[in-house]
This record gives sequence, structure tokens and C-alpha cells, in this order.
Amino acid sequence: MAKVKVACFDFASCEGCQIELTNLGEAAFLGLLEHLEFVEFREAMSEKTRDPIDIAFIEGSFTRRADRARLEEIRKRAKTVIAYGSCATIGGINALKNHQKDYKAFVYGDKAEMPQLDTAAALPIHEAIQVDYKVHGCPMSQAEFVRIVSDLLHGKEPTIPNHPVCVECKLRETVCRYQVGDHCLGLAARAGCGAPCPADGVPCEACRGFVDHPNQAALERVLRDKGGLPPVRAFTKSRMWTACYRERE
Amino acid sequence: MSENMRIDVHHVTRVEGHGNIVVNVTNGKIEKCEWQVPEAPRFFEAMVRARHYTEVARITSRICGICSVGHTLASVKATEDALGIRVSKQTKKLRQLLKHAENFDSHVLHVVFLVAPDLLGVPSVFPLAATHGDVVRRALRLKRFGHEWGSLLAGRTTHPTKVVPGGFSDLPTRADLANLRRRFTDEVLPDVKEILGTLLSVADKFPEFDRPTEYMAVHSDEEYGLYDGAVQTVLPDGTKQTYKVADYRSCTNEYLNAQSTAKWTKNKLASYMAGALARFNNNYDQLHPEAKKLARTLGLEPICTNPFLNSAAQAVEMVHSFHEGIRLTDELLAEGLQEEPPAMPTRYGEGSSAVEVPRGILFHHYTYDKNYICEGGDCIIPTNQNHANIQLDFEKLVPELLAAKKNEKEIEHGLEMLVRAYDPCISCSTHYLDVRFVR
Repeated sequence: MAKVKVACFDFASCEGCQIELTNLGEAAFLGLLEHLEFVEFREAMSEKTRDPIDIAFIEGSFTRRADRARLEEIRKRAKTVIAYGSCATIGGINALKNHQKDYKAFVYGDKAEMPQLDTAAALPIHEAIQVDYKVHGCPMSQAEFVRIVSDLLHGKEPTIPNHPVCVECKLRETVCRYQVGDHCLGLAARAGCGAPCPADGVPCEACRGFVDHPNQAALERVLRDKGGLPPVRAFTKSRMWTACYRERE
Repeated sequence: MSENMRIDVHHVTRVEGHGNIVVNVTNGKIEKCEWQVPEAPRFFEAMVRARHYTEVARITSRICGICSVGHTLASVKATEDALGIRVSKQTKKLRQLLKHAENFDSHVLHVVFLVAPDLLGVPSVFPLAATHGDVVRRALRLKRFGHEWGSLLAGRTTHPTKVVPGGFSDLPTRADLANLRRRFTDEVLPDVKEILGTLLSVADKFPEFDRPTEYMAVHSDEEYGLYDGAVQTVLPDGTKQTYKVADYRSCTNEYLNAQSTAKWTKNKLASYMAGALARFNNNYDQLHPEAKKLARTLGLEPICTNPFLNSAAQAVEMVHSFHEGIRLTDELLAEGLQEEPPAMPTRYGEGSSAVEVPRGILFHHYTYDKNYICEGGDCIIPTNQNHANIQLDFEKLVPELLAAKKNEKEIEHGLEMLVRAYDPCISCSTHYLDVRFVR
């Protein structure tokens, strides 16, 4: 069977999700290479192609108008488009600036209007082109990436979890952050990561975004009443990675 | 030699982030020779505003996926400085061990996955899987080990979870540390030896080029500067000077260059270099004996003024971090780990830090209000500090390559290799222009 032609593309991001690919290790990485042929991956290879590709993996947020043409070109060439990492799937940490009007002036002072600083709200890739599948997370989950690719290779429709992180904490028997006097966003955050943060002693900050139809008002109330956060902080905390959800309300 | 050349590398490959090379030669005369950076700006310094001190490092680690451990450490250290948080000796030692994990991990990635293809004459690591399968398998194992070593301490290496202001939210178990110690010698040492053997076999492929410049790195009396220390620079004649971290703006001197839109830095000379070679030139004496041995084999000695050998200095540091990793793990095993809650703030105000990330010295600076809410940040990343040095290297290298009758393709490849040698991390670039605090 011919190998599936895949390509990786990056937009506004830290490129950490690509790094997660190099962290897969010998077995998983070489296992993937038995089925996939990387035809373009700027960070890792000099080869480039204009040919059609089977799967395009897109990392990073859509933040500049000029990026739309590049994204449309990728969409045209690719049978399947997978957004991977939170920047691409939900706008990610980049979207924090969406709530600020003065971010350019703050960082660049009186040079803020220079053309190369042209940047609009940080948006997920699906705001520019049709995205077929999403690998959520900041960084994306290595295991989920391999599972989704494996599903596609086997002709199986990948499932993207739509239950809260709380479920995964219960499954691995992690003591609730609220029980130890902390706060947490796990009650509304989309699971699939295996809930590493509460297990590591820090709150979930919903880096994978929210479950569908999250009750954000209740989340804020819990952060205030059970987490003891002042109202302003309960509000800002609730949108650390999920700024794009707010704007659409 | 062609009298006319148009080199336009739009987005250099095998580097992190987006950079362009533009060279125009008409009738043998160089009309344009530029290193450009078109990365989408992300405005981190504005995004940390109104954030609680426990959230700031979680945001700024996202500046860079490759040096997110270093950004996290720089961030928590600057926050600790601003808020008078004093960490324990145990925390410091664990962070030093973590810093070595990051350097080892990142250098494996850069030297083997990104630079080695140039030395072996292939366009990427993928064809090597067929021709040099054993090397690629060893490299993947070493990369995975670096990731697991760091994850043991930080929770994960891409955007750490366990590193918090004041210490760690969770500690490795004794069994974890003992297992790490065992793996260093049983599993990793053979792979390191083999990979270095491969590297030595192609070490003569590093281009010859020299351009003396100033070299800046963290310096500490305790160890080869990585996790903590003062700022030090060394000039080509060996003259050294140190600066307080709090005075970082006085030695980085960010400025706007008329020819470029990027914010550059300089100190005593027209540019300076940050990175493994800068650390090597500043702190050679403090390298582990095994690392010095490799340096001698590679013919590398301070003050080395060939920027292409930054990758060789990374290999030397890989060996250093491997052996220092063993030493620190042994010490932690002998001392035993004590559970300790993260240390708390004792004041508020501003604070700064300097940490060596794999690609050079990194500065973070924050201001906090009385509720420990961040009022703003300033991050000066190594790649931005190297832009001016890369540009000046270009200006010396292009005429040399033209004089050596190199053709357009060869010159293009030479410039790409030079950029790659710096291991630039362009998506890191938090800002290119004037940083101003608006209060």
C-alpha cells in the first residue's frame, strides 16, 4: 500500500506541538513513518512540494489577514486537514490579546502602527478554512495525535472527547484541587489529555478548550465561591485559554 | 561565477520560526544582503497584564515550545525576584538538573535532527532513516530520553506543569531518580558515544569562517553558567566584564536598525552573539572534563570565532549536561528529597532574571502590584539578540563566498547553514521593536 502523504504547516504558535512529535520516541515515530511519508515540514526538512497531499497538519492560530490565502492554498491541496494544538483548534493562549485594545502600543510604543505588526484577533484555523479533525491541547497530547492518525489510516472515524477533565481526574484517582484549597477549570474543560495538571499539583486551565455548551457562568461562580478567587480573577481565569469562546457569545 | 544573483529564501527550513534570506548581486556587486524576520508577532508582554503571579509562567512558557523549560525558569525566577520569594537549596538543585535536561534534549534535536543533514549532504533527517537507520534510532531514543528526564522533574518538557514560583508543585520519587540514574549509564551512554562518533566523522564538514565578535552568557562562580548567575561578556581578546542581571537593559541596548524592522541588540561592539558558543567562550574552564575532552577532539577552544561551530559547542554541552546530570542526580539521591510547599511572596515590585536557554541568554522582567497581579513584562530572547550578529556574519560571508567563486546555490546553502548554526528560535520573538511600560 502506498504511504499516506502528509505535510506539517505552522502559523502563530510556539511550535511546541511539532516538538511533541519528536518526543514520540523510537517505536511510535518510526512506526508512523512506516505509514506516512512527510512531503513538507519546514521545521524539520528542506524538501517542499506543490503536489496534492493526503493529510495536512496545521499548527498555530490564524492571526493575520495575509495568512488566509496561505491557509486556503493548503486546504485546496489537502484531502484532510487536521488542526493540532490549542492555537490551531481554539485560538489558544494567543487569543488573550483579543480582549485588549492597547496590546500593540503596550509592546511596541510609538512604533505600533508599523505594517509588519498587522495582526487581528487570534482565531482558530476553522475560522479561515474547513478543518476536518482537531487534536486539542497545549501542548497537544502525543497519544491522541497517534490515535487520531491511526484511526484515519484504518478508515475509522476518530472520536474527540466531549466530557470534562473532572472525569479523568476521577478515573486516575487524583484528589480534587478544590479539596486541597486550590481552584480548577476541570469542571468545564474538555478532557482527552488524561488530566496531567491536577495530578501534578496545579489547576487545570482548560488548555484544550471547553466541552460543548459549557456553563461558563457556573464555572465563574465555582471559581469564586469554592475556589475563593476575587470576582475579577474568576473572570480572567475562566478565559485563560478560552478567550475565543467568549467572543462568540 | 555568475555576475548576477537573486537569492530569496522565503522561510528558511530546519529552523524554529520564520526567517528569510535575501541577497541581490548585480554585475558582481552586492546590492542587498539581508536576514529578515517575518514571524507573526504574539504580544506576550501585554498578555501577562492583570494575571496573578501563579499564572504568569504558565503563559510565558508558551513563548517557545522548544525552550519552554527555560522560559518557565526565567519567568518564575523573575517573579521570585520581584516578590521576594526565596527558594530552597533543594529547589535550586532540582532546577539545575532540569536545566541540564533541557539543554541535552534541545541540543540532541538541533545537532542531530536539524544540522546533521547538512553535514551528511541530505535535505532532512527523513532520508537518513533509510541510509543511517541506526543513527536515527539512537537519536530518537536520546530525544525521548531528554524529554523523559525533563518530564520527571517538570511534569512535561513542552510547557512544564510542576515548576511554580517558589519551588515545585510535586517532586519526583526516590525510585524515579534512581531509575534516571541507572538509565544515564545503562541506556544513554552507549547512544551518546555512538552519536558523537557519527558527528566526529563529519566534523570536517563544518564550514571555515571567522568573524570575531562579543560573546554574552550567564556566568556563575558555582558552575558553568546555565540556571543562574550574572551576565558576562567576553571580547575576542579575552577581556571579560560582568553586569548585574537587574541592569540587563544596559548591556542589551535594544535599538531600531534603519535597514531592518527587527529590534536588535548590541553592547561593546556592533553586535554580540548568544548561545552555546558564547557560553563556551565565556565559561570554558567550568566545563566537565569529558566535555573538554570532546572539545579538544573537535579542535574547539576558546575564544572560538567561527559561528558555524556553535553546533559543535552544543555537542560539547550535551556531554557536559549528561555528566552534570549524573552528578546532580547522585547528590539528590544521597541527600534525599524533602516535601516542601512552594515559598511565598514577601514583598512586591519589579524583578528580573537571566537564564541560559539552549540558544542563548534569556531575560525576563516583570512588575507586580500589591495583590501580586502582574502589571507588565519584558522578555529579551536570545534569537533577537543574535539577529545583528547574523546580519554582520552575512555581510562578511557573502563577499568571501563570491570571491571563492561559489555559485548561487552554494551561497544560498552556506547562508542557510549559518542561520541554522545559530539554532534560531524565531517564534520565540516576543517583540521586535520598542518595549515601553505604560502604567
